[in-house]
Amino acid sequence: MCGIVGLFLKDKALEPKLGAMLSEMLVSLSDRGPDSAGIAIYGAATGNEAKITVQSPKPDRDFRGLDVELAKAIGAPVSVAVKSTHAVIRTTPDKVDAAREALQTLRPDIRIMGAGEAVEIYKEVGLPEAVVDRFGVRAMTGTHGIGHTRMATESAVTTMGAHPFSTGADQCLVHNGSLSNHNNVRRELIRDGMTFETENDTEVAAAYLSNRMAHGKNLGEALEGTLSDLDGFFTFVVGTKNGFGVVRDPIACKPAVMAETDQYVAFGSEYRALTKLPGIDNARVWEPEPATVYFWEH
Amino acid sequence: MPATPMSKAEREQGHAHSQASRVFDLSVHSLRELNQALHSLTPGSNETAWEVLNPKGSHSVAVGVDQPVSIDVRGSVGYYCAGMNDGAAITVHGSAGPGVGENMMSGSIVIKGDASQYAGATGRGGLLVIEGNASSRCGISMKGIDIVVHGNIGHMSAFMAQSGNLVVLGDAGDALGDSIYEARLFVRGKVESLGADCIAKEMRPEHIELLQALLDKAGVTDVKASEFKRYGSARTLYNFNIDNADAY
Repeated sequence: MCGIVGLFLKDKALEPKLGAMLSEMLVSLSDRGPDSAGIAIYGAATGNEAKITVQSPKPDRDFRGLDVELAKAIGAPVSVAVKSTHAVIRTTPDKVDAAREALQTLRPDIRIMGAGEAVEIYKEVGLPEAVVDRFGVRAMTGTHGIGHTRMATESAVTTMGAHPFSTGADQCLVHNGSLSNHNNVRRELIRDGMTFETENDTEVAAAYLSNRMAHGKNLGEALEGTLSDLDGFFTFVVGTKNGFGVVRDPIACKPAVMAETDQYVAFGSEYRALTKLPGIDNARVWEPEPATVYFWEH
Repeated sequence: MPATPMSKAEREQGHAHSQASRVFDLSVHSLRELNQALHSLTPGSNETAWEVLNPKGSHSVAVGVDQPVSIDVRGSVGYYCAGMNDGAAITVHGSAGPGVGENMMSGSIVIKGDASQYAGATGRGGLLVIEGNASSRCGISMKGIDIVVHGNIGHMSAFMAQSGNLVVLGDAGDALGDSIYEARLFVRGKVESLGADCIAKEMRPEHIELLQALLDKAGVTDVKASEFKRYGSARTLYNFNIDNADAY
């Protein structure tokens, strides 16, 4: 099964509530997947700061003193905000690549969840309720976000196998379904310079989109490409720095419901996920069409 | 002989008792309590009117009801609402998730909004009316149910449909009636494409009559039976054809 949610705010007044709203949506779908859960929240990009969300199996050991050591290694100011097993590292945008490289040496056990100017990604094994509580997601502010609760089929139940998957700056993806040609597509993407952390099929979909966008396609065009290049079942919800998109495979057996009001665009695997959103009773609610790309940008 | 006169209060009380719905609020009571109460109904029960509040996308609302009661669900429901219905008149004042009315035996189900995938799947009898749109696989493997959709239906609808009638006032998606047996399909709008072995068929007077009766039953008054086209099986897949051996 798996449960996926997405929320794209149009009304700035709702931004302080983004984390709470998205958490509520995800928790309502807990019985669609008890294995692991994750959320990506996009805050406003300032242009002069980049964020790298990292995870460690031993946070006490790995995050202690990291700010000082990393700042020294890359020659730029660094701050580290620890949240349970994750930490958000802030530095200047031009030092992101240097920081990623330095982390491999300074803290070899650290895994990078995602990076960019706007996105923060939190994911762990466990139920959505436990995961959003662990990372204090309900208190987070933002412009848009996506979330996932997983019933694993294609790879192991691990933190790295949880969604969202991020394979490019401020890009991430959640997936309900399973891909059957992911090994082939992964090989092609590796040949084109993409790198992978897992054996997971969804990571391939995320990397496919990042790769197409790196080749100059916009989000809509990249999503369009999934319909011909990815084989299998999928409903994807993706986030970029300023956008939010949805696409379903032509068979469309993985469920999807969307709602739009003047205040937001929302996605849920089921209508249950949307029932607590403000003004839902008067929202335009519809099922996204198969093989049709939907996207919104700020 | 005149009946014993009742006081006004007695009359009102009696009236209220026989007419008032039994209200089940799903924000207070569990779904299991609702369905158990419905399953406990026995023939001749006085509790003939039920109202379900705050379904909020719950799954399996009012499944397996086997008494001729009326049930009004105030809001949208999730998966499998009214599945296996056998005799009840169930109205959803909202939209329905996947599998609404799956394997209905008899009775009626009215969805005031839209219905998701495989509405009325495998239904054996009764009437399912969807006042909005239905999505993919509407009436898949239907076996005697009548389905009337005011809006459009999605792809692969009436796949392997065996008997019954599917009436669509709007358009149909890709591969309508793929591998169909003897169900009758009536579509007023355009059909994106027909599935294997499904063909357009002549509308003879008996089909107009049948369709008009279905439209009347579904409360459709502003549309004429003559506006529809009929589709059904070409019956070329019924028997194994050795010339097709290469296709397997």
